[in-house]
Amino acid sequence: MSKSLKFIAAALLACGLSAPALAQQKADAKGGPRYNIGRAPTADEIRGWDIDVRPDGQGLPEGKGTVAQGEKLFMDNCSTCHGEFGEGNGRWPVLAGGKGSLTSDNPVKTVGSYWPYASTVFDYVRHAMPYGNAESFSVNEYYALVAYVLYLNDVVADQNFELTNKNLATIKMPNEQGFVMDDRATSEKSFWQKDPCMKDCVAPVKITGRAAVIDVTPEDGKDGKPRGVE
Amino acid sequence: MSKMDSPRQSRRNFLAAGAGVAASVLAKPALAGAGNPANQPPNVPEWTKALGEGVAVRPYGKPSKFEKDVVRRDVEWLTASRESSVSFTPLHELEGIITPNGLCFERHHGGIAEIDPADHRLMIHGMVERPLILTLEELKRYPRVNRIHFMECAANSGMEWRGAQLNGCQFTHGMIHCVQYTGVSLRTLLEEAGVKTNGKWLLVEGADAAAMDRSLPIEKALDDCIIAYKMNGEALYPEQGYPMRLVVPGWQGNLWVKWLRRIKVGDQPWHTREETSKYTDLLPNGKARRFTWSMDAKSVITNPSPQAPIKHGKGFTIVSGLAWSGNGKVKRVDVSLDGGRNWWPARIDGPVLDKALTRFYYEFDWNGEPLLLQSRVQDETGYVQPSKAELRKIRGVNSIYHNNGIQTWHVQANGEVENVEVA
Repeated sequence: MSKSLKFIAAALLACGLSAPALAQQKADAKGGPRYNIGRAPTADEIRGWDIDVRPDGQGLPEGKGTVAQGEKLFMDNCSTCHGEFGEGNGRWPVLAGGKGSLTSDNPVKTVGSYWPYASTVFDYVRHAMPYGNAESFSVNEYYALVAYVLYLNDVVADQNFELTNKNLATIKMPNEQGFVMDDRATSEKSFWQKDPCMKDCVAPVKITGRAAVIDVTPEDGKDGKPRGVE
Repeated sequence: MSKMDSPRQSRRNFLAAGAGVAASVLAKPALAGAGNPANQPPNVPEWTKALGEGVAVRPYGKPSKFEKDVVRRDVEWLTASRESSVSFTPLHELEGIITPNGLCFERHHGGIAEIDPADHRLMIHGMVERPLILTLEELKRYPRVNRIHFMECAANSGMEWRGAQLNGCQFTHGMIHCVQYTGVSLRTLLEEAGVKTNGKWLLVEGADAAAMDRSLPIEKALDDCIIAYKMNGEALYPEQGYPMRLVVPGWQGNLWVKWLRRIKVGDQPWHTREETSKYTDLLPNGKARRFTWSMDAKSVITNPSPQAPIKHGKGFTIVSGLAWSGNGKVKRVDVSLDGGRNWWPARIDGPVLDKALTRFYYEFDWNGEPLLLQSRVQDETGYVQPSKAELRKIRGVNSIYHNNGIQTWHVQANGEVENVEVA
């Protein structure tokens, strides 16, 4: 990353010294040579695909839906996989519950226990749900579904609560503060050893676990499921 | 999974090509006597006495029928549906550093999108001076780059955080492949669109049924990312994102959006589902690391391994394996025969490329005694692949992602190999 920034700087410097006109073109780091291949999308074309949503609410389409409206939609379209209360069926994702489980032996990562932002629910559900029939609901229906999922997680308490493009970004999720930036470069600094040990590095080792014993049989797992990757 | 097809049964199926068969071979190791003597000296074999098929009878070539077990495999219990699941590269059957296109592991979130390139569009918009919409043919008119890179799922080895669970490097390490990509530097396209000064992040989005979206920092986008349309010289395979995918060298596979349809430039990350509920690394204190993009240095011995036992008995033995690092180039690889007590330098053969698989060998005379085989890579930044214990000490066992700990294979006296943990 930093290499590229240095490269830009070097290129700018070089161009600036030799050819001011070219420097002007390069200085628009976003400029470079133009190929004039392709065309500008129309506003309509962008509108059709521009469906992403950010935590600050940018991207939310105008619309609204209540928990009660969402409950009906959820029962008809989502509960087969996710369970009526978001408890999940089989290996399909659990949507609700899991509070206080993140430090346990079996963390349950749900919208309520884990997801930092409500916008993520809207963005994901609208992008990919219902599974196998994506983007088939109206905007209001997506608001209603998200309202119901938030209700299942006790993020909103009132069945009459109406989620809108005006209030979605104001909703605080329980685990918003549960995330830290990647700190491997400092927290795992000990892994950058200069000279790896070659001789008598550890005491003689013994086998402590075997795949053949632990195995992959779902029935053997404590929770009825082996650990998956999802 | 149906009731008929129990996990136990399916496990037997997927291991059948490996240890199960090997065991029966080992039971009667009359190696020279294998096959049909009628085709062996002094006789003239049947394929010499008759003409074979002519050219173009096989207009698109495929491997010999005797290699039919060299295929991607999946583990049914991992996921709820096969449309949102993963298959694994048979690393133990491959050599060198290039993965054949048909064996590159798959990870889909909504099944394989079969896209008519005539209808596919790539849109670039947001904080840019000149929004763009491109066809595949138009994309191909931009200057091209050719780069060889590994692509690894962040969850590769994720099932092994709590202990040895799967017998086979195909399953423990097979969510990785390495191919030569041809395409357009993402930088070229961003320059064409003209990123505005406050454009700091990209949203990259696919066109499949999951329309997966991820946030990518502009520094990485301008550094070495590629929008690829060819892999190993031919068009991308549909399961790898035909007609175009993003290539994000050294970073977790989830960012390499397949069936790429849209790039939006913004000033903040989006915190999409894939980078919040997934691909965040839960630590023992309940906090989770986010934006853990780069893949740590890692290595694995592919042969011998549980699906590839030693069949020849004691004698000259070739240990073969793969090493890689998201930080850059592989500097060295060491091999241990005694579970990490003593190490010997491995021999690296073939190209050593930036953020690409590197092939190593360790040849030795096996005396037939059991071994605890390990490999350990050091990359050009000095990072040394940690033991599983060192990794767990910091990250606990709930991480799911980025398990790059040293793998141990227990080679038994009869040549069979098992995935084990040592301490």
